[in-house]
Amino acid sequence: MNQKTQPATAAPLVQAAQKKKYRITIQREIAVLVAMIVFNLLFTQHFWSLQTFNVNLTQVVTIVIVGIGMTLVVATGGIDLSVGASMAIAGSLAPMIFMNVAGPFGIALAFVLPVLAAALCGVFNGFLVTRLSVQPIVATLVLFIAGRGIAQVFTDGSLQAFDNPAFQWIALGRVAGVPAQVFLMLALVAVFAWIVRKTLFGQYLLVTGGNERAAYLSGIPTARVKMIAYTLCAGLAGLAGLISISVNSSSDANVIGLGSELDAIAAVAVGGTALTGGRAYIVGTLIGALIIQLLRYTLLAHGIPDAAALVVKAGIIIAAVYVQRRQR
Amino acid sequence: MKKNLPILLALAALLLLGVLRYDHFASAYNINSFWRYNSMFALISVGMAFVIITGGIDLSVGTVAALASVVAALASPYGGLVAVLAGAGAGLAIGVLNGLVITHMRILPFIVTLATSLGAHGLALLLGHNDAVSIAPSSSFGNFGQGDLWGLPIPGIVAAVAAVLGWLALRSTRFGRHALAIGGSEEASRLMGLNVDRTLVTVYALSGLLAGIAGAILAAQFGAGQPNEGVGWELFAISAVVLGGTLLTGGQGSIAMTIAGVALLGLVFNLLNFENGLGFISLSAYWQSVIRGVFLLLVIVLQARVLKKRVTVTKLAR
Repeated sequence: MNQKTQPATAAPLVQAAQKKKYRITIQREIAVLVAMIVFNLLFTQHFWSLQTFNVNLTQVVTIVIVGIGMTLVVATGGIDLSVGASMAIAGSLAPMIFMNVAGPFGIALAFVLPVLAAALCGVFNGFLVTRLSVQPIVATLVLFIAGRGIAQVFTDGSLQAFDNPAFQWIALGRVAGVPAQVFLMLALVAVFAWIVRKTLFGQYLLVTGGNERAAYLSGIPTARVKMIAYTLCAGLAGLAGLISISVNSSSDANVIGLGSELDAIAAVAVGGTALTGGRAYIVGTLIGALIIQLLRYTLLAHGIPDAAALVVKAGIIIAAVYVQRRQR
Repeated sequence: MKKNLPILLALAALLLLGVLRYDHFASAYNINSFWRYNSMFALISVGMAFVIITGGIDLSVGTVAALASVVAALASPYGGLVAVLAGAGAGLAIGVLNGLVITHMRILPFIVTLATSLGAHGLALLLGHNDAVSIAPSSSFGNFGQGDLWGLPIPGIVAAVAAVLGWLALRSTRFGRHALAIGGSEEASRLMGLNVDRTLVTVYALSGLLAGIAGAILAAQFGAGQPNEGVGWELFAISAVVLGGTLLTGGQGSIAMTIAGVALLGLVFNLLNFENGLGFISLSAYWQSVIRGVFLLLVIVLQARVLKKRVTVTKLAR
């Protein structure tokens, strides 16, 4: 909130309260993460190595990037079930472009066009939500069902294998021994955390999610804000789709981003963003994704099967949301 | 009734197209196999309709069906009836768990059922050791999915009975009226003295139970419990309910129209098969999801227009 609009005496109080709340929410998630890291350092062999670090981080990159966009949409009080489909559309378009258009121009095009195509999916979602007032779950269900089918029709369901170091640098390149995609993820987290906390759009986003009617009546272009949130979400999902195919050196429209909407929503929920809207903790989403990934890694490292990790994950999601609920 | 018109017209048009264009479309064989296969979706959609009518959502039905199929397959050596009951019981247990967590911990149904969806998938994989579990060849359990009774497919009969019971329960029992009232306004229902928590637990238990029966049918039909099947079924069920004109905000809805939604989604697949069988064109199976998406889009756009008109009318009336 803008300090100038508050009465002089109330302003420091309100700000202090807000600051305190924000600090506590992030602190608890960080504490859990730190506790898990300490546990692993003590009890898991070979945990303190660059390889473990890289494996864990590269596995969360796509979830976090999708999760950033999901956080924005959830902040408006909505949800986007179609992110997996957006990933599939972007991921199946890119190889078609760089395998047919040679040279650096083809590579550039293979990045820009698929992300734009994915963003277009977001515009479609945003249109249904804002213009036709369709509930977000139903609106994004359309592309959830049709989007992957569209990607499969593009590629005729076949797997496109490729070997293109220039394009795959986004996933396989390394800077100082750490995969480039990790830096990309951290940069996106930083940029979007800044956008949510410091820009006018960020304020509009939170106010729209907090009370849409009040926001609209006080002159905030709520429809445009939601449209931008859905577009960004789908565009980021498209980028995640490109990273996903680069990691695998192949693009299979049937599996790119399958189930990613649930992973992203879980990361958002564990990261402290309430699904009722009005809040957005981008860094929280990063930490939420890391907690879920580290939990899975810890269980696997101690010989507990992946299937059991799913059951534990279910418990973690419930516990995290329950604790957040009690606090409010 | 007006907002149901688009879907009924679409359904009639598809049926007419099928009857006129394809020789064996109206054959007993096609109709029976259609209902045999879609009975599972009809069952979970009826449960989903009840959940959505109360203003909630159940994302766990798909993997609960998978879990139930594994449990039923594991129990099949002890007899067909035991297998069906075990599958249904597994579903019921998860459903009750969903209901209790939602009502007692006050967490959004979306999150709770998302979590139990993951948990049920994990349990199914654990019980099946990451693989399909064959049903006992000697047991009569396979009949539950593949058998006929009076010339009708048994799973189809089960689904039809569930749909009729659900339809009756919603329109003329206390439970149904309470479910509708809670969807309309949970706060008002509570203040009126309805036992909201009990109704909600019952609704989620019902959804879990029906998903469990669907899982037993799945195992019986394919001869094995499938821990990785069922992913995405929940969204199929949600689309069927939405196509049937039930609003996700709750408070209204119809079981009969939900079945119409299931039939519409199933017909898209059925007609596509027939069209490919004619050999003029060859549409890949991938088109079916695109076409289903387009149908969903058309229906929600038409419904949005009808609803918008209604909102303006009520505003003017005030």
